[in-house]
Amino acid sequence: MNAIEKQLHLQPNRRMSYFLTLLILGLLFIWSLSTLHVDSISNNGTKIAKNIVVGLLQPDWTLLFNATIGGIPYLLIETMAIAFLGTIVGAFLAIPLAFLSASNIVPKPIAFVVRLLLIVIRTIPAIVYGLMFIRVTGQGPFAGVLTMSLTSIGMLSKLYVDVIEDLDKSILESMEALGCTLMEKIRYGIWPQLTALFLSIVIYRFDMNLRDATVLGLVGAGGIGAPLIFAMNAYKWSEVGAILIGLIFLILIVEYVSNRVRTKLVKG
Amino acid sequence: MQCKLLLPKKIVLPNGKEVLEKRSVMPLLWLILFVLTLLSIRITGFSLEVLRDRIDQFFVIIQQMVPPNWGYVAKLWQPLFDTIKMSLLGSVAGAICALPIAMLAAANITKNKWIAMLSKFMLSLLRTLPTLIIALIATFIFGLGTMAGTIAIFLFTIAYVGKLLYEQIENVDMGGFEAMQAMGLPTIQAFRYAILPQILPNYISTSLFCFEGNVRYASILGYVGAGGIGLLLNESIGWRSYANVGMILLMLACTVFIIESTSEYFRKRLM
Repeated sequence: MNAIEKQLHLQPNRRMSYFLTLLILGLLFIWSLSTLHVDSISNNGTKIAKNIVVGLLQPDWTLLFNATIGGIPYLLIETMAIAFLGTIVGAFLAIPLAFLSASNIVPKPIAFVVRLLLIVIRTIPAIVYGLMFIRVTGQGPFAGVLTMSLTSIGMLSKLYVDVIEDLDKSILESMEALGCTLMEKIRYGIWPQLTALFLSIVIYRFDMNLRDATVLGLVGAGGIGAPLIFAMNAYKWSEVGAILIGLIFLILIVEYVSNRVRTKLVKG
Repeated sequence: MQCKLLLPKKIVLPNGKEVLEKRSVMPLLWLILFVLTLLSIRITGFSLEVLRDRIDQFFVIIQQMVPPNWGYVAKLWQPLFDTIKMSLLGSVAGAICALPIAMLAAANITKNKWIAMLSKFMLSLLRTLPTLIIALIATFIFGLGTMAGTIAIFLFTIAYVGKLLYEQIENVDMGGFEAMQAMGLPTIQAFRYAILPQILPNYISTSLFCFEGNVRYASILGYVGAGGIGLLLNESIGWRSYANVGMILLMLACTVFIIESTSEYFRKRLM
């Protein structure tokens, strides 16, 4: 037995733990197999699947390029407006909350309470907020904007806090030594450190909000979701195809642009 | 943040030399942002008056949620477990299927450029559609119930894990892989012994993270009839029995918290 073989035999035997992990995973997997029920796929299902594919291949072109209200371009713009406004409002409201929950700015107890509040805000799914806000504003895009703002606050503050807690404090100390006032310290010491990263976070959230905004239409909070579900319930597959194509294009373009801008922002 | 289109500012130094200072585009950006905001306000009908007059309705609902209806718990276990099962099955199956697809999409493993591009395109196409919309389509094909939800989560997991995985595969150290291929091992075996050990911790951690997110998504999939606790959520909101809604949200929050802490523990151990 040479030295290499000896070293090989020294390797701890993990077979037992691997086996146990796989066993547990396997049991959980089998336990959850009960959600599958293949018998429910009716003949209708395959027909509908075929129809959806046909609808995607032969979309309703007039609807896709209809420039009036009710046409897909307008619906997409409305969806974008909901996501945009929601992101902006959320981005501003999240700033004070983020500072209040940063443990290097405020005392620990306050930071803890604000953090707890943010966790609660984050846990509730967007669609529930949507349904609640519809009771406030009635159906329409306004409810969508409020929903987007609230859900954005939860995630944005969490990401802001990470940036704030990484602030380089030595700059502030040297500015203080130079005799800068508080406002000057914020303007020239803190602001430049935060803007690029905050902007990048906000753009990322806009990307996510756009996807969520398409879903909000399902509960009647404006955007392209409502026409989609109506078209599906009415089995108008060419309309469904047109809406899905518009949606895919919009999301792909926004994702591409936001990725480009964010890389530029972060790398300078 | 500078732009070449804007004319630079000229500064004449005391010794007569001219220096060009690049102008910042920040003011222009703020202006565009402002205009877009105004436009969005017009389109969405955002109005502060409505908000001021009616926002108390929102808090009325929240007040009715507290205290939650504890008697409702007994009816919640089955749908809650359905939700967890849906996300578990979808995540495990999706994560397993993501591996071969990620192999096909990684440009350093798949030498055929077209196959790699096609796989990447399919993955990003799948990722575009929100889970709820995939679930909606799935309910039409597979009928109402947990099957549709599982399929939606399965597809989303493939897209998410697949994308992160092929990016990792493209960034691994190829030395071992090439050496093994030179020794005559087929691609699959070389992948198994040279690349899989490098990506495995990341792969499992990504899958766990995706599973966490999937539990959240699965909880609302019932809204479109794809099974799980979302069905009851939709029902309770429709009947305005907000005490029940409060109970559902509380249980969801606890479940999500437990699953996230467990998975975070394992992810930390993996790294």
